[in-house]
Amino acid sequence: MTGRDSLRETFFQECEDLLEVMTDGFARLEAAERDPETINAVFRAVHSIKGGAGAFGFEALVRCAHALEDVLDDMRNGRIADAGLVLPLMMRGGDRLFDLVEAERTGVPFDETAADHRALLQELAAARADGSAASPLSAPAEAREEDGFVPTPLAILPLGDAAEAAPDSSLPTLRFRFTPTRTLYINGNDPVALLRALRELGPVTTEATLDGLPPLDAAQWDGAYLSWTVTLEGGASRAEVLEVFEFVAEDARLEFLDEMADAQPTATAVPGIAPVRRLTLGLSSDEAMPPAPGPAPAHASPPVVPSARSAAAHAPPEARQSIRVDLERVDRLINLVGELVISEAMLSQSLSQSGAAQDPAVVTSLGQLKQLSTELQERIMAIRAQSVKPLFQRMSRIVREGAAAAGCEVRLLTDGEATEVDKTVIERLADPLTHMLRNAVDHGIEDPETREEAGKPRQGTVLLSAAHRSGQVIIEITDDGAGIDTERVLAKAVEKGLIPAEAELSEQDIYNLLFEPGFSTAPRISDLSGRGVGMDVVRSEIRALGGRVTLHSVRGRGTTATISLPLTLAVVEGMLIELAGETLVVPSTTLRETMRGTDAAIHRMGAGGPVLVMRGELVPLVDLGLRLGYRAACTDTTERSLLLVESSAGRRAALIVDDIIGQREVVIKGLSENYGQVPGIAAATILGDGSIALIVDVDQVAGNETALRDADTLLSAAGAR
Amino acid sequence: MPLKILAIDDSRTMRGMLSEALTEAGFETHLAEDGEDGLRKLEEVQPDLVITDINMPRLDGFGFIDAVRADRRHRGLPILVLTTESAQDLKDRARRAGATGWIVKPFHETKLVSAIRRVTGRGV
Repeated sequence: MTGRDSLRETFFQECEDLLEVMTDGFARLEAAERDPETINAVFRAVHSIKGGAGAFGFEALVRCAHALEDVLDDMRNGRIADAGLVLPLMMRGGDRLFDLVEAERTGVPFDETAADHRALLQELAAARADGSAASPLSAPAEAREEDGFVPTPLAILPLGDAAEAAPDSSLPTLRFRFTPTRTLYINGNDPVALLRALRELGPVTTEATLDGLPPLDAAQWDGAYLSWTVTLEGGASRAEVLEVFEFVAEDARLEFLDEMADAQPTATAVPGIAPVRRLTLGLSSDEAMPPAPGPAPAHASPPVVPSARSAAAHAPPEARQSIRVDLERVDRLINLVGELVISEAMLSQSLSQSGAAQDPAVVTSLGQLKQLSTELQERIMAIRAQSVKPLFQRMSRIVREGAAAAGCEVRLLTDGEATEVDKTVIERLADPLTHMLRNAVDHGIEDPETREEAGKPRQGTVLLSAAHRSGQVIIEITDDGAGIDTERVLAKAVEKGLIPAEAELSEQDIYNLLFEPGFSTAPRISDLSGRGVGMDVVRSEIRALGGRVTLHSVRGRGTTATISLPLTLAVVEGMLIELAGETLVVPSTTLRETMRGTDAAIHRMGAGGPVLVMRGELVPLVDLGLRLGYRAACTDTTERSLLLVESSAGRRAALIVDDIIGQREVVIKGLSENYGQVPGIAAATILGDGSIALIVDVDQVAGNETALRDADTLLSAAGAR
Repeated sequence: MPLKILAIDDSRTMRGMLSEALTEAGFETHLAEDGEDGLRKLEEVQPDLVITDINMPRLDGFGFIDAVRADRRHRGLPILVLTTESAQDLKDRARRAGATGWIVKPFHETKLVSAIRRVTGRGV
């Protein structure tokens, strides 16, 4: 990666943070926290995006950031009386900033001429020009939109006009007198440095005038006592000279002397030609600062110093010390620690087999090693963990846009934003979460009139929360909408042929129908949820993360969707089982119950295959040995054990296994890279004795028709009891 | 001895760019994240020149310059401010605040070096 590429990468990473600051700020402002520092923080974030974008030539991004920045500047300076009025517009502008950053990152061209984009920029300009968003579409927008942010070329010189200066450029030699004022010194400028810099333009001869120098004991360090007469050869133009003196244009006198005159640095050498052009009069009094030159332009920003002060006085947002590390390095580390944990288990096993584990010293050391490696593993996993806050922040946009499209009023509340989840999980959670929130807004929240009739506030509420609960991450989306109409869902499922007309389903089963492929209760195809992506995709995405999603709803009160996810994708808590002489692992998250085969009541149920009857519930049986191809169907379950598992779709099954060994945490080793997808197997792990154990894919073995057929085969072989 | 330059900007991207451009040009480069950090690094590094952004959290560029100029030891220290606007009033403000000069963002490396030369009399 070249330096430029890595800087680009830095820029996009930084944009993520800055956009987070911006979204956060808008949320605070929306909650009517009109803390000036909040607006300042948003301003700085947008300003930094603009600065970086300018450096990379991302013009569209620069223009949009600039338009936002202008309004923010007005907001922080109180020129916009009610920030609440412009806030919705600002948030839309912020959303657009996200789009533009994304467009630059992915290299997908962004159409700046698109009507809605132009309209947005116009509205932003109007919000500013008017000082309020009261008439967001008023005319002055036009002009501003066109000029956007264009860095103007360096302005040099409050000196005469350019036409006069131009002919001088042909002259071979320039002579001028340079008289610094005190401010020049105070501001850290150095006459000698400036004169040296002149050498870039050609050979320089200088002659210092010492006339003004007081006796040494009366001299001040920053006193302006000296002046220089400079002769510059090489044909440099006045403009070039003035550029060198750009920084001190107002802190020094620069008198161009007539070229034809001799060494006498006087101003009266040749009558008829104005020989001395005074660049600017510097100040003569000692302490006084010069007045601002002319009236301040209309959009002049007032000094920001006070705001900096107030920022310092406020509790400063704590600067998190952090470094950025390539994810691959972290993953390599995780892998290594995984190996360490395995080695530790192997060591402990061989020590106990050799009898050395009896030695108290060995026991102590081994205990320490175990503790250390476990902690090391946890800590390294924590590196991959990130807070869900940025993810949640992105969702406010989804809700905002969804509400606008669906014609309802919705506010999104978030809770537990600090909850940390594995980075990969966060990334892959964005799509399902987006879809579920769209659903909540589109199908859940009623329109304001309906809500009022139902005695609810016009504005609906969607709560997005995250929390750690018993070793899992729980993400919930709760709306206070109409709830799920189970009758309509049932009717639809029957109509679609998903279930027989006479089927009797529990409430949970009915909710689960919503996750079936091709199921959609939306009476209309809306922009939001009608994109051909159904809840079935949501479920499979969550499932792919090793998680599960369930719905709970109360008619008229609302719906809660609960997503539970493993804390990490690298380690899984599993039940070790024995099957045909092999050791396998069943993920504990899927496990509901275990039982001896002798205690199980197995029945044959019509065409549906053999089932386990448990507290009145019927659960299909799955012969795992047969299903995974380890052996022929088992004919007797009495000597075996049963694992009652539940797939992420909420479907239950009883797995027949030979024996249960015990619960253990195992490091997941992917198989697909070497073997592709193996039906019924999710991954593998290495056990303490160095042997390999396959991890069972419960969703596959318990969640489909094959499972039922397996059970059928089993029962035909065994004969129903 | 190359010139020691302290560059202050709250934007990681900008710091990266400054660091790259300055190092490329042969300067010894030190970075700070805001005015407060800048004041700390100033004591640590004792730079020959400071380049600072204006809009920053905690202590902004103007506040930084104020603090530096208030300290007699640093009165003559050249400080260049980074500004996204080339607007004259911003330059005037910078000058009145005690800045030695300014650099307009996005900057070109040659512009950067030329500005440094003008306030230090040295290229590197």
